Amino acid sequence: MMTAPPPAAPPPAGPQIGADEWVARLAERRVYLPSWLGTAQRAAERVGWWPRLALAGLAGAVLPLAGLGGFQLQVGIDALVIAMLAVGLNVVVGWTGVLDLGYVAYFGIGAYGFALLSSAQLNIHLQAYLSLPAVLVGTWLLGLAIGLTSRRLTGDYLAIVTLFFGEAFVEFTNNVAPSKLGGPNGIVAIDPVKGFGASLNSNTSYYYLLIIVLVLTMSVLRLLENSRTGRAWRAVREDPLAAAAMTIPVNRVRLYAIACGAGVAGLAGAIYAAQQVSVFPTDFDTPILILVYAGLVLGGAGSLAGAAAGALVVMVIYDGLLRNAAESGYLFYGLILLTLLVRLRPWRRLAGVLAATIALGFAAHAIARAISASAVAGGPQSGGWIGSALRDWVIVPANSKIAGNWGFVILVCLLIALVQVDVRTRTILLPPVLWLASFVWEARLVTEPSITRQLMIGAILVVMMIARPQGLLGQRRVESPT
Amino acid sequence: MSFFFQELVNGITTGALYSLIALGFSMVYGVLKLLNFAHGDLYMVGAYIGYFVVQWAGGPAAIKIPVALLLVIMFVLAAVLVGGLGVAMERFAYRPLRDAPRIAPLITAIGVSFFLENAALLLFGGQYRVYNTPEFIKLSSGVQIGSVTIDTVQIMVVVLSVALMAGLRLLVSRTLLGKQMRAVAADREAAEMMGINVNRTIAITFFLGSALAGVAGVMAGLLFNQVTNTIGFIAGLKAFTAAVVGGIGSLTGAMLGGLLIGLAESFVTGYISSTYTNLLVFALLILVMLSRPSGLLGQAQLQKV
Repeated sequence: MMTAPPPAAPPPAGPQIGADEWVARLAERRVYLPSWLGTAQRAAERVGWWPRLALAGLAGAVLPLAGLGGFQLQVGIDALVIAMLAVGLNVVVGWTGVLDLGYVAYFGIGAYGFALLSSAQLNIHLQAYLSLPAVLVGTWLLGLAIGLTSRRLTGDYLAIVTLFFGEAFVEFTNNVAPSKLGGPNGIVAIDPVKGFGASLNSNTSYYYLLIIVLVLTMSVLRLLENSRTGRAWRAVREDPLAAAAMTIPVNRVRLYAIACGAGVAGLAGAIYAAQQVSVFPTDFDTPILILVYAGLVLGGAGSLAGAAAGALVVMVIYDGLLRNAAESGYLFYGLILLTLLVRLRPWRRLAGVLAATIALGFAAHAIARAISASAVAGGPQSGGWIGSALRDWVIVPANSKIAGNWGFVILVCLLIALVQVDVRTRTILLPPVLWLASFVWEARLVTEPSITRQLMIGAILVVMMIARPQGLLGQRRVESPT
Repeated sequence: MSFFFQELVNGITTGALYSLIALGFSMVYGVLKLLNFAHGDLYMVGAYIGYFVVQWAGGPAAIKIPVALLLVIMFVLAAVLVGGLGVAMERFAYRPLRDAPRIAPLITAIGVSFFLENAALLLFGGQYRVYNTPEFIKLSSGVQIGSVTIDTVQIMVVVLSVALMAGLRLLVSRTLLGKQMRAVAADREAAEMMGINVNRTIAITFFLGSALAGVAGVMAGLLFNQVTNTIGFIAGLKAFTAAVVGGIGSLTGAMLGGLLIGLAESFVTGYISSTYTNLLVFALLILVMLSRPSGLLGQAQLQKV
């Protein structure tokens, strides 16, 4: 029996404001996956945003019950803080298109504000139901004030001035009023979040607090996204001039966005300060900014869920996986394999490259051992089964530091070259490059996890921007090149 | 009064240095409209190259070749290698994004900068590497005017910077290559239609700009005596300041801005306090930007629709 095709959705009654026919009929042209996958896709699309958000929040909430504790919980807390920041930055960068490079300063101001309001530094010990809103409103207003610069400056000039603002904040906390702000020693012994006779003292309680705050923030921002203001933000992002012609008050709308982003960052900073019990100027320096941007870019600027998910992924990789040599090995080799699987077609070429790589490694190892035993004396640094599987494949000399450094330089040069050459040469070059990458990893990168993760974040930013500028969950936008 | 003149000399020297970095930055901005955040890190790489040349020549206390030759090797090697690095960077990271939304190459540039900084940390370690300039260029060989001392290194830095800037100016205003650069900066598409090889022009611009940063890095090593992987960030920031204060894209503006920042820094350190130097320089920049949004010599661009 043949099933009748589903009737086409009736055209929406009455004119839709702001949507021409092409946009209005977009839903009809969507192509879904075949069979039950498509059904699932349709079903998933019918779920509104708030059940999804609640579900994600619940999923996060059950994680500690499933045996997450200690170090993993700390990673979770850091990830949630960065996710808050990314969500706030999404308002400024993703929706309004204002490149704010001083964003971490608001985070720091929130943290320092909370620290001053609830520590022995000024001898003020406010309850959290007073101090948290005070910090939120304070950073919001400060965002408005700093955002006033956006009235006169746009684009790159604004980016630079905000970058200075971020640097100035670090300099300020480092040097000004050491008796109050603590200078490089920061502020220690900050009160926990407390109120109504209770106080949050364990990491688990901060984890839950952060999940609740993040879900609430995302709900508020989601409501803002489709409000009059939110639509104005996106209009300003697409074309300020056209937006102004449509009577949108461009300057005021930009100011709102900067202030909203600042408020979110301030709130995140306050909770961060309470959880860490101390704040230092270096906590709010450029590396944090780069992490937040990496999360936002990975998830997709302009997508709220993308920003949060991207930041969580970046932080779990950065803070959790890349700290531990054995686990980072899974990540490294896993990523390489995944990239090859996705990018290398047809499968015969993939199989050939993998076989050649394996053969090359064993051959090189055998030759090197025949020439000199000390050339392979180091052995792979990765532990676990990866380490033992690579024992006869990768060459790691006894003193691997210098060789590893040279390997790293050559690897970077080769990778740059690899992008430039044609497909055939690339296929031939690939096995040695893969083998070299694994050598550099085993000889050098595994032993320096803190540098490796920074390198990876830098690489993620570059590669994501080139390969998929809209991020994992973002939508590709068409923008005129000028 | 002699204190004032001593600070003036120091300010002009660091100003010349900042001008050089700012020039390269400004050139790249001119042709690509890209804030190259990795520019400061190129300067850092240049400083490391200079350091390794000194080590290769036998270490600061026992240089095996004539000092003049050593300096030439340092500058040429730094210029060529860092220039090459700049070209590679452009090829790999910026060229694929040439028609992408404005924000994409900016974030890429931040990523490249972070990558370079940490690659240097991996390769050379986090400790300070010391040039020990006084060992091979004696402090006593400087010029003494009244109570103001001018080092040989300071003279060399200023003279070389001025020469490079003059050379660059001539290149941009008189040669065919300069004309191509200006054409690409004015309108890339139109330049391409006029038969200009845009890719080549941009690559050459990147090479020249990065080479200037490399030379400035060696100068900084000679002048300030120490190198580490984080010097690039602050120097880059100062150079952005210089370029922006002067008006991004304007070469004269970059020189003027660099000089201004150098002098401001020197006088703030001398007369107020060294702790507040960076803070006051940043505050000054923000004030200048707010009063003249397109810089001192920049021209406000009319937006065509």
